[in-house]
Amino acid sequence: MSEEDNITGNGSSLLEVEELKMHFPVRGGLFSRQVGAVRAVDGVSLSIGKGETLGLVGESGCGKSTLGKAIVRLLKPTAGSVSFKGHDITHMGQRALRPLRQDFQMVFQDPAESLDARMSVGELVAEPMVIQRMGDRQQRRERVAELLDRVGLPRSASQKYSFEFSGGQRQRIGIARALAVNPDLLVLDEPVSALDVSVQSQVLNLLMELQRELGLSYLFIAHDLAVVKHVSDRIAVMYLGKIVEMSGADELYRDPHHAYTEALINAIPVSDPSQRRDHEPLEGEVPSPINPPPGCAFGHRVSAPGYKESIEMDIRLKEIAPGHWVSNCPCCVGQQSAGGNIES
Amino acid sequence: MRNEDPDKVAEGRNHGEPEPEKGELLRVRDLVSAFDTDKGQVRAVDGISFELEKGRTLGVVGESGCGKTVTAMSIVDLLPKPSGQILDGSICFNGDELVGADKERMQGLRGNEIGVIFQEPMTALNPVHRIGRQITEALKLHHEMESRQALQKAVELLELVGIPAPERRVIEYPHQLSGGMRQRVMIAIALCCEPDLLIADEPTTALDVTVQAQILNLISRMQDELGMAVMLITHDLGVIAEQCDEVVVMYAGRIVERAAAEELFANPRHAYTRGLLASIPRLESERKSELPTIPGQVAAIQDFVEGCRFCQRMEREGALTEIRPAYEEVSPGHFLERCPECAK
Repeated sequence: MSEEDNITGNGSSLLEVEELKMHFPVRGGLFSRQVGAVRAVDGVSLSIGKGETLGLVGESGCGKSTLGKAIVRLLKPTAGSVSFKGHDITHMGQRALRPLRQDFQMVFQDPAESLDARMSVGELVAEPMVIQRMGDRQQRRERVAELLDRVGLPRSASQKYSFEFSGGQRQRIGIARALAVNPDLLVLDEPVSALDVSVQSQVLNLLMELQRELGLSYLFIAHDLAVVKHVSDRIAVMYLGKIVEMSGADELYRDPHHAYTEALINAIPVSDPSQRRDHEPLEGEVPSPINPPPGCAFGHRVSAPGYKESIEMDIRLKEIAPGHWVSNCPCCVGQQSAGGNIES
Repeated sequence: MRNEDPDKVAEGRNHGEPEPEKGELLRVRDLVSAFDTDKGQVRAVDGISFELEKGRTLGVVGESGCGKTVTAMSIVDLLPKPSGQILDGSICFNGDELVGADKERMQGLRGNEIGVIFQEPMTALNPVHRIGRQITEALKLHHEMESRQALQKAVELLELVGIPAPERRVIEYPHQLSGGMRQRVMIAIALCCEPDLLIADEPTTALDVTVQAQILNLISRMQDELGMAVMLITHDLGVIAEQCDEVVVMYAGRIVERAAAEELFANPRHAYTRGLLASIPRLESERKSELPTIPGQVAAIQDFVEGCRFCQRMEREGALTEIRPAYEEVSPGHFLERCPECAK
């Protein structure tokens, strides 16, 4: 991405990701040589401003969780760069990275799996502060009580174990733990997908409230488009390791340009039986990222008429309106019926 | 083949007024299913009644632990033994009483007259057997088909459920298929004996929205072709709105409300139903606005009160939580648990 193409939501950006690639080697043969690569994230550029939520949507296997992990440096990117508050963290070693980790934390999908069952809730929430050498024991204990209040759990919870809590409460513990070190950015990887609807809305309200009060920035990764739209300022749509469209949340739903975005929106069930539609669903599935088809991967899936043209092209995001970026793929953009089955 | 009865198909997709008695396929009366646990016997399903007409789709919606799956398992006698058992009530299928029916009768019923598909196809399919063998098993068992003939039928079924290159897929193993393809295989197995009733327990919960739309579309198509009734268990109100004729709302082991889908969404009477409908983020709702929530959480199963369990969640006391509210028909086809507080 060149200088003038800098993809920024607003002026002061906290996180800048440029041309990020995360490939995993595939080994095989007699000497376990590398025979290929899973291109989980294949050239992604984005930025998140202070106090902003960027929603990241896409189907399973599109690389959205890998992207989240690469951003918080739980993975070492293959190429490209991640900078946080102006520091390039792409190639930092774990030791150099540790003090910076205070500023960005991650919340995982399944709190039952991401919280150590042998630690009390108090220990779980205090652990990030211990690692960051924040305060003494007494100060940490006070801070834990404060955090539990903040996420709506009783203070008595700190003596209990995570498995004694329901799914929604466990996710609150996960959020309290992430907030312990006063981060600026939270990467939320499917934070409400494992929760029941009535609990889901409680956790979403908590996240929005925390953002307002603490000025947090979120990268909100989810597959539920209605949820993502509700909490996000801007949304990026990912397909097979690449962002195909990114724009303001309302605009994306009002005026989607990429055929894949349109197909995703059309697939959401509408909670109103009187508006039942008789739509033909999108055919096919996300192809394997091991040997992705050349050119536009989505055009290939739906056998779009213009697919052949895309093979020779350098497909990248172009800004078609202020803040609205769409891949310049000839087969999926600008043709209403590019998706084949998508109603125009 | 049993399905060549033309009346059945015609009557099946009648979306108008249900024809009483004549078309009734399943009648559940005062069903109580319980489990023995180390905290004593708990009633996961506590006195529920409903009917399902031939060819129609009944949605069962509620949060985890509300007894949706236990209801389904009770119908096909698959409660885990010896801890789970039906304590009381009756399940009448096609005029036969299933509660207390002998093992041979139930074996002849499962997979033959009643097909079942589960949420996670990878755990329901046997990983060491080829796809073909898993489909032909039921055909050989229930219809005493020859291997060659059964395999031919398996290929036809895979083609019917939209699996490309079916003759190659029958010799593959489950791990070689994607999640959506595995769920199609499950549907093929469930449909191979052309059942009168398909019980689908969260069939699309593990799938992406686009694949979910494909699978739901497939189930409707199969329903049209075979004239079968479907009991669709889900926590997703959007899926209910798109698929179902009638809806049962379960809370803490009981049915709190039941009505035709359009009636339920347009005129929900129980506070729990209203809360559920309000708490889902919708595409048209204002971004970042506070979502309505249902306060509190479902009580643990061993703590369920005899009275209104939603009042228990609301921390109300006295007669409300002591006396079980009557479950009555409040307008034609609209049934309600008439708690004086929750169903005004």
